[in-house]
Amino acid sequence: MTNVRVAGVGLTHFGRHPERTSRDLFAEAGLAALDDAGVDRDDVEGVYYGNFMGALAEHQGHQGPLAAEALGVDAPATRYESACASSGVALRQAVKDVRNGEADVLVVGGAERMNNLETAESTEALAIAADELYEVRAGVTFPGAYAMMANAYFEEFGGSHEDLAHVAVKNHENAVGNEHAQYQKEITVEDVLESPPVAEPLNLYDACPVTDGASAVVLVSEDYANDHDVEAPVAVTGTGQGGDNMALQDRDDMATSPAATDAAAEAYAEAGVTAADVDFAEVHDCFTIAEVLAVESLGFFETGEGVAAARRGVTTRDGDLPVNLSGGLKAKGHPVGATGTSQVAELTRLLRGDHHNSEYVAAADVAVAHNAGGTVASAVVHVLEVER
Amino acid sequence: MTAPGVRDAGYDDFVDALAEGEGYYLECENGHGTLPPRRVCPHCGSRELVETALPETGTIDSYTVVHVAAPAFADDVPYAVAVADFGAVRLTGQLQSDLDAVETGLTVAPRVGKSETTGERLLTFELR
Repeated sequence: MTNVRVAGVGLTHFGRHPERTSRDLFAEAGLAALDDAGVDRDDVEGVYYGNFMGALAEHQGHQGPLAAEALGVDAPATRYESACASSGVALRQAVKDVRNGEADVLVVGGAERMNNLETAESTEALAIAADELYEVRAGVTFPGAYAMMANAYFEEFGGSHEDLAHVAVKNHENAVGNEHAQYQKEITVEDVLESPPVAEPLNLYDACPVTDGASAVVLVSEDYANDHDVEAPVAVTGTGQGGDNMALQDRDDMATSPAATDAAAEAYAEAGVTAADVDFAEVHDCFTIAEVLAVESLGFFETGEGVAAARRGVTTRDGDLPVNLSGGLKAKGHPVGATGTSQVAELTRLLRGDHHNSEYVAAADVAVAHNAGGTVASAVVHVLEVER
Repeated sequence: MTAPGVRDAGYDDFVDALAEGEGYYLECENGHGTLPPRRVCPHCGSRELVETALPETGTIDSYTVVHVAAPAFADDVPYAVAVADFGAVRLTGQLQSDLDAVETGLTVAPRVGKSETTGERLLTFELR
């Protein structure tokens, strides 16, 4: 087993790029990651690529080889699909392969083109992450499913829509200054509460936007980094994945996300850390309620306590445990297949000290990425640590 | 799209039965309930699944009112969707009337209704 290092990261701007193909978006992010790593493209042994809805949005299957070609890399390439956790699961596989000595240099990333579709079409495309027979046919949308989780949470543990609004406000504040973010502007609690309803209790400003974009990271083995003088102070020290029943109706509880709890337990055990050791995190806040479920599953808060974390200032950038310093999916944007590796790209830059919010985590050395698919029927957690 | 006349075996049979007022679910010997098609209980791995009569009523566990829909429900908005508890099994369905009255804990009966947009049938709940 070898130590797995993040040698380089790359991101496009996340936003509205309806005319840009996902292959072009991924080329920009992947080449930036290779340049950041200073790794020769001939050394790349594989491309692990996350994408969710390209078959619907771009009428394109078999995307792995396209992704490698976009980077000018001649190596085997595979597309991974786990809804919004697509590049998270791609990363997990790459981490294992480097760790186990199967490869020394891998490019992992993802891309999604969504704004070329009408809103109703993208709503339909996102809904296929839910159970077609039991949920979609009854009219459950993706926001609708999370809205039912939010109402279940309020019923079981309390909390209010105003608590959730603070999550959105916090994440928008963090995105100001992030050149990659879709929304680089602050919002208020009133803005959230007064925005149009999407699926009650969730409003438009409780939801992440529809985003085009790509992300990539270059993983190398510690031996490769040493032999080639690659500067890579950030290591992926733990990876974990959990699963759950696809449809909410088949779960014991709609107000928790046990798949993420399982993923975190596995990742923490591999890294030899506990939740108490984690200094900051990027979590999957596709909706405000999703961040609440995430911070509880990661063990930062007791079940039922996470809803107040943003309002109390614990997870703000000045708080004890900053969450989503990038702006999160909410403000930075959520190009579905790109999100998992974009979180790791942001964490890497935060730990290296070259992120616009690095000052808030200057002494930190343990960070966590939490990437969820669907209503957390898939969850992937990675632990990153930096050598200072 | 699916070729004309092709059904989803198991699931469409369940919807047919529900439409006739003879709804059922699959129950394993450990009391876990699920909807077809299933060959195994996802909760315990049992392969002894028995068609069991669905109770006439259940209670709403959680719900939402959807305002932004996929194209298949574009003309149906706003509509309520709920997950309701029928004991061993839970179902997801639409409340097509009584939108303002929907809340957790209400008693509902399962029915088969239609999308206003497409005319496709779907599982619905009627407040009791």
